[in-house]
Amino acid sequence: MARLTKDEIKHIAKLANLKVDDKQSALFAEQLSAVLDYFAQLEKAPTDSVLPLFNVNESKNVFREDKVSPCLTQKECLKNAKSIFNGYFKVKSIF
Amino acid sequence: MADKLNQLTLKQAVEGLKEKKFSSAELHQSIIKRINEVEGKIFSFVEIVDKENPKQIEKEGILKGAFFAVKDVLSTKDIRSTASSKILANYVPVYEATVVKKLTDHGAEIIGKTNCDAFAFGASTENSGFGPTKNPWNTTKVPGGSSGGSAAAVAADECLFSLGTDTGGSIRQPASFCSVTGLKPTFGACSRFGLLAMASSFDCPGPIGKTVEDCEIVFDIIKGKDEKDATSVFYPKKKQVKKNLVIGLPKEFFGGGVENEVKNLVSQAAKILEKEGHRLVEISLPNTSLAISVYYILVPSEISSNMARYDGIRFGSNRESFENEVKRRIMLGTYTLESGYFDQYYLKAAKVRNLVKADYLNAFEKVDLILGPVSPTPPFGIGELINNPLKMYLSDVLTVGANLAGIPGLSIPCGFTHDNLPVGLQLLSPHFSEEILFDIGRQFQQITDWHKRKPKL
Repeated sequence: MARLTKDEIKHIAKLANLKVDDKQSALFAEQLSAVLDYFAQLEKAPTDSVLPLFNVNESKNVFREDKVSPCLTQKECLKNAKSIFNGYFKVKSIF
Repeated sequence: MADKLNQLTLKQAVEGLKEKKFSSAELHQSIIKRINEVEGKIFSFVEIVDKENPKQIEKEGILKGAFFAVKDVLSTKDIRSTASSKILANYVPVYEATVVKKLTDHGAEIIGKTNCDAFAFGASTENSGFGPTKNPWNTTKVPGGSSGGSAAAVAADECLFSLGTDTGGSIRQPASFCSVTGLKPTFGACSRFGLLAMASSFDCPGPIGKTVEDCEIVFDIIKGKDEKDATSVFYPKKKQVKKNLVIGLPKEFFGGGVENEVKNLVSQAAKILEKEGHRLVEISLPNTSLAISVYYILVPSEISSNMARYDGIRFGSNRESFENEVKRRIMLGTYTLESGYFDQYYLKAAKVRNLVKADYLNAFEKVDLILGPVSPTPPFGIGELINNPLKMYLSDVLTVGANLAGIPGLSIPCGFTHDNLPVGLQLLSPHFSEEILFDIGRQFQQITDWHKRKPKL
């Protein structure tokens, strides 16, 4: 049985701010279910006494001196924006 | 010396320029001529810089006149950088990736941006929003991926060397498929600043070149700590490499899933090194079969958060322009991080990642380096795997281990199948010991001439 239904795909797409149509949801449901089925092999791996590895070089707290250095200008920051207003990014109202 | 300037290695080209055997304008012209001849057949580049005017390079440096290609996921100031995705079709960065800047600061010159799977998600370059690159050795086959354009451009002599990125094999596998040399550095050895992030705990920029020697020249320039990437580290001083090394052959890398022709060519390569005085021993990396699951849980999880920045406000168009594979990976990662599934997928995979890393560290107690194939198969056909993501993911089985463990890996040409398709040899060594890979790789290329063969295009 497929692990993911079309409706679940639509739910995940909504969480990820993606739009998928009906046809795509059916395709993704089938493809991603196959991938999740494959992941089931991990269940057998004994990991009770194993710590998770998040950072491969195990570096901790990387600091640098707190000094001011040149950065991008406002003009540069706005260069690739689709819509700007008075030196700001212009976005649709979220309320 | 090669008949044509564009066929020179990086080392030959910079030396020739220094000795004034030819000018940088002549070299540039020869490369542009070649690009015009073959691009229609292979499509390595998504953007070519200044195609018309021969360039006389004035900037001094040890790489003066070295024309190189840059994978499109690396930001290049004032040069369109799309990550080969339609969502960034018009994006022009206002800053340069550190690895690119280090090269241009030494006099190297960008010739163009190379095609890849969109945002480097893929193993065939078919996921590019602008169409697939074709393998220069056989244009019905994929060049590998995700750095397929970078490998094809080097194989077809459209540049002297290129930069790629390797998150799960994306430098080594296309290097193998196109019969060129590629280095995936130790994680943290080369700065990720300016690299359009895929999975930040895996991504490694690195060189693809015509020889091991060329890859070493480039690596020595791009490596090192960068204040702009907190995960980059100081690269330790090179150590002297022993004359006779112990080479481990993992039995899992020569198992049933690996095609016989690939196994045979790689075993022959191992025997060549044995004759040079190195010792071969069989080893085991017992968690190899779990590596794909771990990788395709952790990487899409990181992808789903990294891709949140593409909101169409500061750059790029809206999220509807994402390619299918981009959508698939974002959704896979969103799912595995969702509350209720986090422990089952993400946390479990992070734990097994530790087991995979331990496999490699344990092996390096007994051996100096590990040898095996890069890919279980020679280059596959265009269209062959694209509709079956799981099968495509499984083709990464021999490369993702190095990324999970963070160790460096080198891919070197080691022969051709009966159908004249390239096969690559993979060498893996402990963290921050790239010198071992370069040493043994150079030795291999002194004895063999697979890397000197050129595709007929």
